[in-house]
Amino acid sequence: MFKFLFDRDTWQEVWDSLSKNKLRSILTMVGVWWGILLLIGLLGSARGLENSFNRLFGNFATNSVFVWGQSTSKPFKGFQEGRQVRLKLSDAKKVEENVEGIEFVVPRNQNQATVVRNFLSGTFMVNGDYPLLDKVQKKKMMRGRFINQTDIDENRKVVVISEDLYKQLFEKDAEMIGEYVQINGMNFKVVGMFENGNVNMGPTSDMHIPFTTFQQIYNQGNNIGWMMITGKAEYDIEQIENDAKLILKNLNHIHPKDNRAFGSFNLGKEFAKVTGFLIGMQFLTWFVGIATLIAGVFAIGNILLITVKERTKEIGVRRALGATPFEIKRQIVVEAVFITLLAGFFGILTGGWILIAIDTFFGQGEDAVLVNASVSIAVVFIALIILVVLGTLIGLIPAFKATSVKPIEALREE
Amino acid sequence: MLQISKLHKSYPIGDSSLHVLKGIDLSVEEGEMVAIMGSSGSGKSTLLNIIGMLDEADEGEYVLDGVPIKNLTEKKAAIYRNKFLGFIFQSFNLINYKNALENVALPLYYQGMNRKERSEKALFHLGKVGLKDWAHHLPNELSGGQKQRVAIARALAANPKLLLADEPTGALDTKTSYEIMAFLQQLNDEGKTLLIVTHEEDIAAMCKRVVKLRDGVIMEDTRVEQVRAAAHV
Repeated sequence: MFKFLFDRDTWQEVWDSLSKNKLRSILTMVGVWWGILLLIGLLGSARGLENSFNRLFGNFATNSVFVWGQSTSKPFKGFQEGRQVRLKLSDAKKVEENVEGIEFVVPRNQNQATVVRNFLSGTFMVNGDYPLLDKVQKKKMMRGRFINQTDIDENRKVVVISEDLYKQLFEKDAEMIGEYVQINGMNFKVVGMFENGNVNMGPTSDMHIPFTTFQQIYNQGNNIGWMMITGKAEYDIEQIENDAKLILKNLNHIHPKDNRAFGSFNLGKEFAKVTGFLIGMQFLTWFVGIATLIAGVFAIGNILLITVKERTKEIGVRRALGATPFEIKRQIVVEAVFITLLAGFFGILTGGWILIAIDTFFGQGEDAVLVNASVSIAVVFIALIILVVLGTLIGLIPAFKATSVKPIEALREE
Repeated sequence: MLQISKLHKSYPIGDSSLHVLKGIDLSVEEGEMVAIMGSSGSGKSTLLNIIGMLDEADEGEYVLDGVPIKNLTEKKAAIYRNKFLGFIFQSFNLINYKNALENVALPLYYQGMNRKERSEKALFHLGKVGLKDWAHHLPNELSGGQKQRVAIARALAANPKLLLADEPTGALDTKTSYEIMAFLQQLNDEGKTLLIVTHEEDIAAMCKRVVKLRDGVIMEDTRVEQVRAAAHV
């Protein structure tokens, strides 16, 4: 059976009967070609969109939730409602120790500050941060470094500035590393510059100084502005959010059912919405693509059926010469599979060209709509396997039709 | 080499049925050249088709070369056809997108012969019918006589025991017909057994035995003095 697939004669027969009527063969192929082209083009574009979303979210640990204090809405343990809740460093530590599935807890502080350099000045948001922030919200460093542990330990007056801030306060192409800027009248040494991301998740960040330095200059004590809690990938971030809030309520003497005491922004939940949308789109793409493929394969089956009708006499002759019904069926199925695969191959090729074109026109630059629009080899293989299976199944119809006519009747036909 | 006895065949036509062969007894020895004659509707083509295993009899016995031909599956029939029989048709029935050589090689392909051997053998048979130089021409580049010679070469290719010809000269002019008959006589001289269906007296006269059919029964079965076709070309 398989020997015959590697037999030159088999393919000679297939090639002869397909090339005999080129126009018909080409028209037959158009349906499948179009189907696979659509599948590859759509899947590639969906992937491109997914990639561009991933690029936007890419700098964040997406399994994260931000939690900050607000004011209580229920009286509890002798406290009046309406009490301001201030999170403390110890709260962050307790959350990290007690909630299951925590990856990091990053306490943060933020304030507005006037920044002056030489004769230029502006108002910016200054953040007090730990080095760990870089793990949760990856900073793309263009120059220098991010805040390190020594900065924290020694309460150094160093600052990591954003590209935007640099552009506003520095002359074009001026060196910034080692230069000083004044923040609220105090001199800070610039140690690094980071790229502004495409999207700002959570509060804007123009510059970062060591958390401990921030505590000192703003006299914050152990208060923190908010904490970023990141869960391990396999844990549900909503559960972590609930657990963390419950602990925080307990620590801060807040009624367990007080839902307004803490504000939060669940990045994981937002991200899941986008992911859901992307999955939906991929599903749609597969659905449309495969439906088109099936339509294309049916077109092939249809035309092969006509072909078989046209070739009734030829098939009769072949049978008179000693072709068994199995050999005839096999021939027609191989033709069907071959033509399907050939069409599929051209579809994949042109689909690839389309993706290259998409990449050239929409995939270049920082804010590209479709990043690296592509399909994986696995998808191509799946598509090919689907084609082989469908081609075989659809080929069986004309194959049985071909041998259902008795050779004598086939020969009699003029 | 061929024994037929009490062969019956009827075809259903609507609710009734048409009794085409009404008990045929026929026996053909090796080396014979038999013409089967009869007007249209006499059942001669049906008889040939049954002998050719393209059709099956309703009743009666048919033994070919000692093998009883009965209740054949399509597959078995195909193998027997390939092994025992060579067909020559009125309308040649060459495959129009294959050249002469490929057409002749087709029965060998279904025998599972390899490509090289097949080509050699096909070329040899084309040479026998005098068309070696036309091996790579498509059927539509050949004349009617040439087409029929290619068909004969194809029928010979698998070295069959019995050649079955259904009106082999029906689509040819007289001169070409005689050329073809001269060639078939030559094959018979070499020992091939031939069964030729025809309704032309002059063609039948070129065989060694004439079987006349009418309304599904054999009316006449006579040995005749063979007219050599070569003399008329």
